[in-house]
Amino acid sequence: MTRFHLNGRDVEVTPRVGERLSEALRERLGTRDVKVGCNAGDCGACTVLLDGAPVCACLTPVEQVDGRTVETLAGLVKEEPLAGELGKRFEARGAAQCGICTPGMMVSAVALLRDVPEPNEQEVKDALGGVLCRCTGYAKIIDAVMDRGVVAGADALGHAGAAIEKLDGEPKVSGTELFGDDVAPEGTLVVKLVRSPHARARFEFGDLDGYAERPGIVAVLTALDVPRLNRFGTIPGFIDQPVFAEFETRFRGEAVAAVVGEPAVMAVFEPNDFPVTWEVLPPAEGIEAAMSDEAAQLHEGHEGNVMCGGFVTHGDAEAGLAKADLVVEDRFETSYVEHGYIEPEAGFAQMVGDRLEVHACTQAPVMDQDTLVDVLGMERDKIRIVPTATGGGFGSKLDVSVQPYLAIAALKTGQPVRMAFERWEVMQATTKRHPADMRVKIGATKAGRISGFRFDGLFNTGAYASWGPTVANRVPVHASGPYRVADYRAEAKGIYTNGPPSGAFRGFGVPQAAVAQESLFDRLADGLEMDRLEFRILNALENGMPTVCGQVFEQGVGIKACLQALRDPWKTERAEAARVNALEGPVRRGVGVAAGWYGCGNTSLPNPSTIKAGIRADGQVVLHQGAADVGQGANTVIAQLFATALGVPVGALEILGGDTDVTPDAGKTSASRQTFVTGNAARLAGEAMRRELLGRVNAGPEAEIVLLDGAVELYDGDRVHRIELRALEADGEGYVLRAEETYDPPTKPLDENGQGVPYAQFGYAAHLCVIEVDTGLGTMKPVKFVAAHDLGKAVNPLLVEGQVEGGIAQGLGMALMEEYLPGRTENLHNYLMPTIGDMPPVETLIIEEPDAHGPYGVKGLGEHVLIPTAPSILNAIRDACGVEMTRLPVTPSRLKAALKEMEDG
Amino acid sequence: MPEYHLHTNEFYLSCRGTTLDYHAPGSLDEALGLLARKNMRVIAGGTDVYPAMAAGGPGTNLLDVTGIAGMRGIDRTSDGWRIGAATTWSDVARAELPRAMAGLQAAARQVGSLQIQNAGTVGGNICNASPAADGVPPLLTLGAEVEVAGPGALRRIPLQAFLKGVRQTALAPGEMVVALHLPEPPVGAVGLFDKLGSREYLVISIAMVAMVVGCDAQGQIERARVAVGACSPIAMRLEGLEAEMIGKRPDEVVVEPDHLAGLRPIDDVRGSAGYRLEAVREMIRRMLAEGTP
Repeated sequence: MTRFHLNGRDVEVTPRVGERLSEALRERLGTRDVKVGCNAGDCGACTVLLDGAPVCACLTPVEQVDGRTVETLAGLVKEEPLAGELGKRFEARGAAQCGICTPGMMVSAVALLRDVPEPNEQEVKDALGGVLCRCTGYAKIIDAVMDRGVVAGADALGHAGAAIEKLDGEPKVSGTELFGDDVAPEGTLVVKLVRSPHARARFEFGDLDGYAERPGIVAVLTALDVPRLNRFGTIPGFIDQPVFAEFETRFRGEAVAAVVGEPAVMAVFEPNDFPVTWEVLPPAEGIEAAMSDEAAQLHEGHEGNVMCGGFVTHGDAEAGLAKADLVVEDRFETSYVEHGYIEPEAGFAQMVGDRLEVHACTQAPVMDQDTLVDVLGMERDKIRIVPTATGGGFGSKLDVSVQPYLAIAALKTGQPVRMAFERWEVMQATTKRHPADMRVKIGATKAGRISGFRFDGLFNTGAYASWGPTVANRVPVHASGPYRVADYRAEAKGIYTNGPPSGAFRGFGVPQAAVAQESLFDRLADGLEMDRLEFRILNALENGMPTVCGQVFEQGVGIKACLQALRDPWKTERAEAARVNALEGPVRRGVGVAAGWYGCGNTSLPNPSTIKAGIRADGQVVLHQGAADVGQGANTVIAQLFATALGVPVGALEILGGDTDVTPDAGKTSASRQTFVTGNAARLAGEAMRRELLGRVNAGPEAEIVLLDGAVELYDGDRVHRIELRALEADGEGYVLRAEETYDPPTKPLDENGQGVPYAQFGYAAHLCVIEVDTGLGTMKPVKFVAAHDLGKAVNPLLVEGQVEGGIAQGLGMALMEEYLPGRTENLHNYLMPTIGDMPPVETLIIEEPDAHGPYGVKGLGEHVLIPTAPSILNAIRDACGVEMTRLPVTPSRLKAALKEMEDG
Repeated sequence: MPEYHLHTNEFYLSCRGTTLDYHAPGSLDEALGLLARKNMRVIAGGTDVYPAMAAGGPGTNLLDVTGIAGMRGIDRTSDGWRIGAATTWSDVARAELPRAMAGLQAAARQVGSLQIQNAGTVGGNICNASPAADGVPPLLTLGAEVEVAGPGALRRIPLQAFLKGVRQTALAPGEMVVALHLPEPPVGAVGLFDKLGSREYLVISIAMVAMVVGCDAQGQIERARVAVGACSPIAMRLEGLEAEMIGKRPDEVVVEPDHLAGLRPIDDVRGSAGYRLEAVREMIRRMLAEGTP
């Protein structure tokens, strides 16, 4: 028996020997505001105060807190004004995006602020250095703790353009937000997976029946238990990943079986005890191995392990290169990158009558439903998906993870079940950014115009397709960068290997391609003795110029404005770098620029979103908002756009959502499409509802809508109209008025040469990076970023900054430290992501070149924020010390080797 | 060859913790009595125990040494300093210590994160015997001896001898570390520490250098200790370099490849062996140029 003081009350528990304090707090004492991200002290999400000192609850034996005081976020917010005040500061600055790291951040910050009420930046970093955040890029968190920086405005209407606080921010800063692992009732059966420890192996089960009879074990599930289709995936024609491997596993971490059991037993589930034997087979590790003659074919119908390819040709690339005055070429390689959200995939499922309910973190509730329809063979209306709060996604939570296992377990046992991945499972088995091997050749004329461009990229899609076909298609469309390239040929192929499945990750292959293209642009500019920024401005796409797909935008092309916005900082920072470099010493400062573009929405495919809204008889406007908010802010900006169109304050809305029973399909949260596509549906729904209201009383178009209890009044010049809502008949949902609108961006298919209309709009970006390279040690310290983003219209400038800062942090990680290696970097101390100490200040320049298709001119932003980051860093490194790094990540070890090679000639 | 073992139900139940015990003795005698029993594992801050723990739990009884009288704290002794094995890195960082121990304190502030420093202990760091243990290089430069208690008499072992290899120590069954003893450092000597990693905070070293240097009135080195971590199975002192430093001014010392000949770095995800050697040389050079008195 362990007794301690928890959040102002005395508690007692009888833990298992060795039980982590985090587990006891969450599962025995109901304090699920303590989040578990890694169980290894690497992420700090579980930080609690033990006698006032921050510790990781996951590393603390319960027994060690006997007689002591433990405080968690929820308790602090309740008991201590300082914590409540800090929460308000977090909200006012958008310092909590998804909110999964927020408890760790705030608890650590409270400990600091108790000792040091007005800390300096270094003190804040030292205090929060143990907590990882993957969304924010840390800047707004530092501002919140220091009580400085830009705060949300008190805008009464909160319409498009207003930097208001997130509408769903309060639970995130008070410890009440419920993520995937927070919704299951105590005592729920637990599902755990048995995964292959080998990249490729045949396997046989031993005595499964015997295993299933062990005390506390309720069921053992294998491929034989999949009701209908033992396959899932995302792209029609590429649904190739088994829920449970059947005879052979194709990557380390692939699931072969699931065990369902009582929580007490499953808390110490040891997969090595499971009766399975492995026969190790030679794996194809990496692209080259998979394409060699010796490699086994992973999937039928895919000879040479080529999953599929994408191709774009425009003009004559070879002729362009032939007439170029300067041609540069190189080979660029990037690594597997993990999304690194701090919330491991988790969820809960139960049968309610003959219907299945799955509550889990997700970016794509309706796609989850699609998968379960196929896997389970159940009718769609028998499956309800209720997204929980999602602790970051960045593309990986588009794919199903826990959902099929939870669903099968709930069906098979008839009991509620829960499941949460361990960090090693997240690392091994969830999708990654595609490693790329790109050979690129670009020419330019003496006048500085691009002349000929050839791109050949191989993308390691791992063992299963996931979003690989999207990457293969998107890369050739984007590899030119946002420039006029008249003579172009780009081919990308996805290659199956025995690595983890590569899927969607912020940019779908475009960030990798940008590394190659933007690096070579610097070499071209230097070869032509042109200014590197002016070279880009000269070649930048403009309205009326065809893209490499032959698409001509008559409006909305904002890349030139982005690049021009960097002219001043480019000049200033170059001068400052020259001043720094005039000093002796091993530290060299460099400045780099790079640009990027990204087509918003699906490539040449329909991707509609639907938004529904209603007015109840009591006058309450209800918005059914189905766009998954994974921290980026859809819950806020979609509501802002709807409120703008309807003409009511955003605060007047009641927002329902994220529930396939309640919200129409708003598509998936991917491809920078939600603010654009679902935002348009919201605008259309708002406009329709406004038309309906105004039409009923023949009010003029400028009429002001005032919502009252049981009535709506319309102020139209000097006339006031009143609609008595209680007099109207309510429908089955209780609405007396309703609107439901769908938007699907207009695109056209690409022909065999990749010519067509792939997207209704692109967003544009240009980043400037200042870096200091320590040539003695090979270490690099980014000093500053300036990020210019054309997003058409900033619906919420505060959230825009948050996206930019967070995207840059991910781009920085990709450039300098992140490399997933199966079997070697399967935790967050060997796989390094940027900490609060690694991020320099980011200056965001918002460019608003309105787009005719976007709601109020909006363009997407989510992916754009990291596309130029890595190449801007590489270009800054080259500027600083002359080395041309062509392999990511640029670790100190690799940079030092390159410096040495350069010195040795 | 099957890779699994079908355990008996008893084993399985024992994994569940139902037959295991957690002991948190208040006295060393009690702890040693418990340690004599089978299947006992020592735990202090938990910062190394938990990340390495199997999914099924510890599978052993746990002996929590953090409550033992005299195990936590830093005290002056007749001939130097005693650091209790359960002293946390935060305790070390905050203590008032001579300048020669500044390297140890700098290392303390770079262990993992504040959360890790608040829980992780000096004794745990050396018992975990990682080649990249942050505490070991500075402790080597301070001439640390490890006080070990066990069935026999208390014994003291020089830290270099206590560390036997990767994850291996000189502890015999039934023994535990009670404290570290540091001889009184020479007056005026300065301790330095530098850790090279791929990011700020929460980072495992690519390489580490610790130094204690004392100079005479003429500014010539009269005492030198240099130790390098993460570049050999056990962090080690560069005794050849130390000897050559004597009588020179810090800025006159030239670090030759031969001085690093004893190091045995490996290639791993954090960096290549060659890089490690080069970086260590550069770090020592800088420390001599910038950091010494």
